[in-house]
Amino acid sequence: MFEVIFLQFLNGLDKGAAYALIALGLTLVFGTLGVVNFAHGALFMLGAFCAVLFRQFLTLETVTLDPEKLSPWGAPLEIREPLVQAWFGDFGAVLVNYSVPASIIITIPIMLLVGIGLERGIIKHFYKRPHAEQILVTFGLAIVAQELIKSFFGPNPIPQPMPSDLRGAADIGAFLGMQANVITYPIWRLIYFLFSFVIIGGVFAFLQFTTFGMVVRAGMADRETVGLLGINIDRRFTIMFGLAAVVAGIAGVMYTPLLPPNYHIGMDFLVLSFVVVVVGGMGSLPGAVAAGFLLGILQSFASMTQVKALIPGIDQIIIYLVAVVILLVLPRGLFGRRGVMEA
Amino acid sequence: MTNPNVVLHVADVHKRFGGLHALADIDLQVEEGQTHAIIGPNGAGKSTLLNVIIGKLAPTSGQVVFDGTILTGRKPYQINQLGIARVFQTPEIFADLSVLHNVMIPALAKRDGAFRLNMLRGLDSETGILRESEDMLEDVGMFASREMAAGSLSRGDKRRMELAMCLIQHPRLLLLDEPTAGMSRHDTNTTIELLKKIKSRGMTKVIIEHDMHVVFSLADKISVLAQGRIIADGTPDQVRGNPKVQEAYLGGTH
Amino acid sequence: MRIMSRNDLLLFLGFTVVVLAMPIWLHPFGAAYPDLLQRFMIFGIFAVGFNILFGLTGYLSFGHAAFFGVGSYAAVWSFKLLSLDAIPAMIFAVVVSGVFALVIGFVSLRRSGIYFSILTLAFAQMSYNLAYSVLTPITNGETGLQLNLNDPRYLDTTMGIPTAGQPVPTLLGQSLGGFAGFYFCAGFLILAFFIAMRITNSPFGMMLKGIKSNQTRMNYTGFNTKPYTLAAFVISGMYAGLAGALLAVTDPLAGAERMQWTASGEVVLMTILGGAGTLVGPVIGAWLIKYFENIFSAINETILHRFFDVLPDGLDNALVAITSKFVGEGWFLTLGLVFVLIVVFLPGGIMEGVRRIAHLFDRKPKGRPGKAAPQPQPAE
Repeated sequence: MFEVIFLQFLNGLDKGAAYALIALGLTLVFGTLGVVNFAHGALFMLGAFCAVLFRQFLTLETVTLDPEKLSPWGAPLEIREPLVQAWFGDFGAVLVNYSVPASIIITIPIMLLVGIGLERGIIKHFYKRPHAEQILVTFGLAIVAQELIKSFFGPNPIPQPMPSDLRGAADIGAFLGMQANVITYPIWRLIYFLFSFVIIGGVFAFLQFTTFGMVVRAGMADRETVGLLGINIDRRFTIMFGLAAVVAGIAGVMYTPLLPPNYHIGMDFLVLSFVVVVVGGMGSLPGAVAAGFLLGILQSFASMTQVKALIPGIDQIIIYLVAVVILLVLPRGLFGRRGVMEA
Repeated sequence: MTNPNVVLHVADVHKRFGGLHALADIDLQVEEGQTHAIIGPNGAGKSTLLNVIIGKLAPTSGQVVFDGTILTGRKPYQINQLGIARVFQTPEIFADLSVLHNVMIPALAKRDGAFRLNMLRGLDSETGILRESEDMLEDVGMFASREMAAGSLSRGDKRRMELAMCLIQHPRLLLLDEPTAGMSRHDTNTTIELLKKIKSRGMTKVIIEHDMHVVFSLADKISVLAQGRIIADGTPDQVRGNPKVQEAYLGGTH
Repeated sequence: MRIMSRNDLLLFLGFTVVVLAMPIWLHPFGAAYPDLLQRFMIFGIFAVGFNILFGLTGYLSFGHAAFFGVGSYAAVWSFKLLSLDAIPAMIFAVVVSGVFALVIGFVSLRRSGIYFSILTLAFAQMSYNLAYSVLTPITNGETGLQLNLNDPRYLDTTMGIPTAGQPVPTLLGQSLGGFAGFYFCAGFLILAFFIAMRITNSPFGMMLKGIKSNQTRMNYTGFNTKPYTLAAFVISGMYAGLAGALLAVTDPLAGAERMQWTASGEVVLMTILGGAGTLVGPVIGAWLIKYFENIFSAINETILHRFFDVLPDGLDNALVAITSKFVGEGWFLTLGLVFVLIVVFLPGGIMEGVRRIAHLFDRKPKGRPGKAAPQPQPAE
């Protein structure tokens, strides 16, 4: 029994990690800029498609005909060789194999540009406008982003293979001194979980220990006062938006082997992530992370057959149900501050 | 002790925020028809006291009684329906609506109560309410701007309209929270003129104010608040001559 | 005592004429066929109802499609269990969606702002997910709920009305296909518009505007705002249910995808595009979106090539390559872009644009918000 529960707990972690990462970015943007960003899920999706694009680029092939050999059909044999492999040899092959994690290299600058461009171009005009209008404009942006992706990459999910060395499962049970082969867990999920921990830790450390982070935190608490100190808070907030976009983007990249990305993956995650943010408490970073994992794990437990037998359909609604209950019992969510978004 | 003329009685109210004793042992009796001012330096607890009176804050102990009814624990709309109207420090108005509609809404609240599903009659056929509202705007000198959006008014006109919104309900008690705060000299003067004009109507008023000029020209009775306590109570002349007041307040700022 | 002011009467009559004459004046735009006209009516009702909540009180619901879907299911069940006549189905659907809205509204309205939006979204998503899973006996899951030859139809059987062939909804025995269906829906749109107009211009409507403008003041003015917002929520839920039922009347098949949050988003788009808080704006928004959805989705590269034929070859191909991203499957891209532009530059929607233009020509500041009734012009 303990093994079953522990396994479900583990199963909830990777989804929870994705929720937490998206919710973290949403909260950063909300906490610093005061903007309710419905396009945040689209940033996650764009990140995922950076991985797709990178892989498509890496696997561009040269096709040469080998006149010496014939295929079983009698035509000259085609030799396909990825360009990267042709140029870089073995390193190229490794690169193709590790395309998903490697694409983070291009994702970071792309997402940074997208984020800063969005903020400077559109979002900044909405700081003073009502939340309803912020929701509406970012909702429109999300539609634009996902339709653009759809028109370039098509409507179907594009599977991204994980590196061959990282397929298979790790025997966590044995590692923890339990019976072997009882609790096994796919390696990539484990990696995703650890990766999310690094990112979350990084963001917190960044906010906690750098001057930049201190100013931003002060700005989150009291924007006007910080502005009065002569600090150019606006520029820092632009960078925060870029940072949130990067976090969402690389969260999307790393998630691609777990769920082949399609154009509406962002919307799917967004709705859930908003619920996560609200449950955690608008504007609270620890709340976003805690609620992300909490809901991911709860969802995993609700999908157990025993639970489903007890309460039919619970797996379909558990997250929303929790959100409704939390909002009604704790109006500000788990960690919410007073006076945030109560207009 | 029981004065039959007392309409508002703040009885032994204490309010603590954590370790801070914001209000201590406040006992305040406001008589029917009088203008009662509460003054004090910034941070003396004036706003806290007002918020306790109108039910926004619950006192730590003690209670507020209005005409035999305990106000503590009631919702703002219930308190209004008992006959208490409030003017805010920054005017709380319906900025998107016309001046006329701003005044019609409270008139309807007075007539229809807290809720009425009044959706099949046209507004145009509410002739009684319409006439009453127009008369009220005339009264405060704002009839000419009745079609304007309230948000586009000057600060002084917003205050005037807000007063009209309260007056049209013929409240038994009118609470004014620093009615001239943040106003230009000119707007302050017109507001004082207006308050003087409505003084004769016999409604009870409680004014929170730190501008002495406003207070001494309007109030029948003054209570001075300092560090959460009432340190003096009496007519303007009595208060002016009180050495404790001079030390705590007048000496400090004027 | 007048029933209506002269302006209102003119607006209402104008609206009625425009709606009833749609088969004529939409003819040159290639939109005068019953199927599309019915959808104009149905989504017009949906948007008018949504506007009673969002436009008047400012509460942004992201879950209104749930009421639309519930209305559809209720109507189809009425066809199956009671009678093929449309009237009981409509009544049943409006009542059921009203009760559903009462429950959801009662809970959701305990919070405001974005929390309210999330709560409504959560309820709608729960309904959607449940409709696909556990509630399959009621919703028939992915297949969708449809009429069957051997449905009981107790009312019809007791009254001895026989059904010949494939069951289709009727009105007092008359078929509701084609233009009959359109006029049936049009009648409801006109009625819905009339009621919305009465509500907007009533004291109740003014209270709702007061809530949107300044809820604190409303409370200190002596209003208990909760029953007001709840009443607006329920009314707009009933409108959505009515629209859903009409969709079931014209096409008796109810599927869960009608309740998805994208469907909720669509009605938000319609209302904003036309102009939230105005009377005719949401209707125009609904018509425009449904019209262009229909036109744009049908355009393909061949048509584009023909369109750009006059241009030199290279330019021709380049333009086709670019524009083809925005039509056909790419219609939603256009919609998203237009939507962003509207929210950024014209938050009041088309009606605000009309007002601004009217203001250029007419210096007298006479026009009051929502009173102008422009001819809806599906742009070129």
